[in-house]
Amino acid sequence: MIETLTLTAERAVRLLEAKEISGAELYAAYLDAIGERDPDLHAFLHVCDDPGGDGLPLAVKDVIGTKGIPTTAGSKILENYVPVYDATVIVNAKRHGLRIIGKTNTDEFAMGSSTENSAYGPSRNPWDPSRVPGGSGGGSAAAVSGGLAPWALGSDTGGSIKQPAALCGHVGLRPTYGTVSRYGVVAFASSLDQVGPVAKNVRDCAYLYSVIAGRDANDSTTVDVPEVAFPTADDLNGVRIGVPKEMNGAEGIEPGVTAAVERAIELAESLGASVEECSLPKSVDYGVACYYLVAPAEASANLARYDGVRYGLREDGADFREMVMRTRDAGFGDEPKRRIMVGTYALSSGYYDAYYGTAQKVRTVIKREHDELFRRFDVLVSPTSPTVAFPLGAKVHDPLAMYMNDLLTIPSCMAGLPGLNIPCGLSEGLPVGLQLVGAQFAENTLFRVGHALELALDFNVVPARYRT
Amino acid sequence: MSSGVGSTEPPSRAGAGFAGAGAEKWQPVIGLEIHVQLKTKTKMFCRCRNGFGGEPNAQTCPVCLAFPGALPVPNRRAVEETIKLGLALDCEIAERAVFHRKQYFYPDNPKAYQISQYDEPLCARGQLTVPTPNGEIAIGITRAHLEEDAAKNVHVAESGRIHGATATLVDFNRCGTPLVEIVTEPDIHDAETAKRFLQLLRQTVVELGLSDAELEKGSMRFDVNVSVRPAGSDELRTRTELKNMNSFNFAAKGIEREIARQVRVYEEGGTVEQETLHFDPAHEESPPLRSKEEAQDYRYFPEPDLVPVQPPREVVERLRSELGELPGSRIRRIAEMLSFYDADVLVTGGLDRLWSEVVAAGADAKEAANVLANQFVATGIDPAAVDAAELAKLVAARAEIPRAAFDEALAHVGDAGFSATPYLEQKVVADTSALDPVIEQVIAANAAQAEQYRAGKQGLLGFFVGQVMKETGGTADPRVVNERVREKLGA
Repeated sequence: MIETLTLTAERAVRLLEAKEISGAELYAAYLDAIGERDPDLHAFLHVCDDPGGDGLPLAVKDVIGTKGIPTTAGSKILENYVPVYDATVIVNAKRHGLRIIGKTNTDEFAMGSSTENSAYGPSRNPWDPSRVPGGSGGGSAAAVSGGLAPWALGSDTGGSIKQPAALCGHVGLRPTYGTVSRYGVVAFASSLDQVGPVAKNVRDCAYLYSVIAGRDANDSTTVDVPEVAFPTADDLNGVRIGVPKEMNGAEGIEPGVTAAVERAIELAESLGASVEECSLPKSVDYGVACYYLVAPAEASANLARYDGVRYGLREDGADFREMVMRTRDAGFGDEPKRRIMVGTYALSSGYYDAYYGTAQKVRTVIKREHDELFRRFDVLVSPTSPTVAFPLGAKVHDPLAMYMNDLLTIPSCMAGLPGLNIPCGLSEGLPVGLQLVGAQFAENTLFRVGHALELALDFNVVPARYRT
Repeated sequence: MSSGVGSTEPPSRAGAGFAGAGAEKWQPVIGLEIHVQLKTKTKMFCRCRNGFGGEPNAQTCPVCLAFPGALPVPNRRAVEETIKLGLALDCEIAERAVFHRKQYFYPDNPKAYQISQYDEPLCARGQLTVPTPNGEIAIGITRAHLEEDAAKNVHVAESGRIHGATATLVDFNRCGTPLVEIVTEPDIHDAETAKRFLQLLRQTVVELGLSDAELEKGSMRFDVNVSVRPAGSDELRTRTELKNMNSFNFAAKGIEREIARQVRVYEEGGTVEQETLHFDPAHEESPPLRSKEEAQDYRYFPEPDLVPVQPPREVVERLRSELGELPGSRIRRIAEMLSFYDADVLVTGGLDRLWSEVVAAGADAKEAANVLANQFVATGIDPAAVDAAELAKLVAARAEIPRAAFDEALAHVGDAGFSATPYLEQKVVADTSALDPVIEQVIAANAAQAEQYRAGKQGLLGFFVGQVMKETGGTADPRVVNERVREKLGA
């Protein structure tokens, strides 16, 4: 009997290598888990039959294009879209023998923080199905947390890997911008989108990152990536930790979240790290506002290709324009429509300088503010999400409240920096996530710190209600 | 044959089309915007083949069809060729050039944005000096930048319907092919200079091997901005844009017409509206295609899928060293040996290299120019295929061999292994004892015309010469025939 709720990818590989289990058995175990728990969790939009082979199963967020497997990006407008090519991350995963077990739910075009913007209905949090798993990558998060896949790929624009990992109590990495190819990934905001790994622990996360990272001839924004060092150390000697006060004392952070994060920081100190308060005033003050200009602006251009002509949904119309208007009206949900409008406005002649232009300048300020801190610190820590998982429906009618979920994840995304979520405790019985932000290309530092803390925290990633 | 070849006759004076009192009071201001398709092996941002032909939509991939997740990767060759053109146009080459997204929604534009360049183009602030019969005119080049071409919309009648219902099909083979846009300063003040500029630019592009630049195929396209202002003023008045001109002569004609129209409008107290005019050579007027009430908002922003282009200086210098002597400079040099018109026709016709070789092989410079510009050009033979030494022999013997033999030789001068020798062996008949009987026979057979000639209709001389040439199968020496016919008719 393979217990998928506790099985790490690393352990699964050992079992396969020792021939204690077969690839088919392993795959079947996850399909069984999906059959058992996915009706409640709705983590998957599409489940695949075993393609054969001895590699590990991999769940893939549905914004990542998979040849021959439907890829909807959580949108009606791509309901019938089956890509003719694999995203580079999928090519890399397949080269390492990984088998796609299914496509996971996401807010439409990755726009959201709860998966409630998915055109196919929300996913649910394995810790409490009345609550959201976070978003946009709530499907991948619920799949990993619920034992439906050993690991998963997510995509992160303003927190879509880190925030669901926090709300579902596992590990998620948003890599440095440019380390992982975006080729074949349905674009939301091109200057922010990054694919990253979602896993049960930091070593699995590091392994999956090593599989997908690297320069790609099909994505000119990618670069050569330092070799991944798999973390082993259980101490934090010599590690300098900065605690940005605005990120830890921001309005709206729940006391239970603060308490869990403070305990984790104390633990880090006891493992040998030096801890010092620091400041990121402009990043926190302007991050969200700046993000909600840049991301919708780019999205408004990226989503203009969905016109019903070459692929995806097509509604009838008397002429071309009417066909396109009806297709978009029926195909896009409220959130993409909202962001297309905001983005179009922000790029309009006469407003560009005031909005998009200014936001880009602020982005430079945010980057500089972070660069400044990384002269003195190796990692910056804060809560990943101000709150634990919130009930479904709690924020759907208040887009601004929903946007504030990303208050703490957005600044480092705007700066192009890597961020790792590790679970650091419970508040009201729900996971609290600790965000570790590193300097550009400092993934290995995040892995080291995350791994040592993870060992010391000894957080049980199996949702309480599934424990036997 | 190339559309860059003009007539050897001096062109009409600029503005002649609206000669009149108005002409001196108004100065035309003309700017050009030219698009040239690069003939790289692959498209601008993907690896699809770049080329004409092929089944519709066969030369496509996820990138140029704008499938979800596809990303552009710039074609290094296209960047280098644009830099090369920029250098030929004496431009500054940017140390950092940026691609922008130019957003507009149209079925030929699948991403709904075109990747183009905006405020940081690859090449800027250059000039092209255009030799003219009256000296040289420097035309400022505002910029030359790289972008991608759109797909081709094919409008077809829907089968099975009686009424004119039509459908539009899209062929994406052209979509995403590299396109260079060249924008001039409004430095041009007459249609003739505009035409010369376009011809010279075309020749430059062709010689650098960047493009076929064929107007008929659309691999070179241009728009012309025209306004007029009171002579002596430096204001810039409302301009109109002329589009869809597929020959340099039409362009010149269209510009002259538009200048005349604007002058008329102002002289009648009216105002010129900003609009785009579709030039139709079959009509006297340029009918408005569409009016632009306001400029379209393209919502430009830097293309986040691409990093800035930073051409290394050593690459720029290598490209500069590959330029060779440019056509403008060759026109100037050759004009000193021949006339300006000969030089212009030879160079813009792509014939001057062959001309130099033929002259070097011993032919007379002027004679060689005449043969190339008047006769060779009509054969459509690729100058590169010609053995200059053989052609030189032909040119030198032109007067000594029959016209028909010369024409036939010229028609084959591009054949592999062509030799002039067999043609040179056919001598013209200049022997009067052989020609006189034929001439007498022709005069006898055309007694009425002979009578008229003698009565003073001197123009009939050519008729008789022609008849004699015909009777001799083109072997007679026309100069001897001319002389003898005159003598015989006068007798």
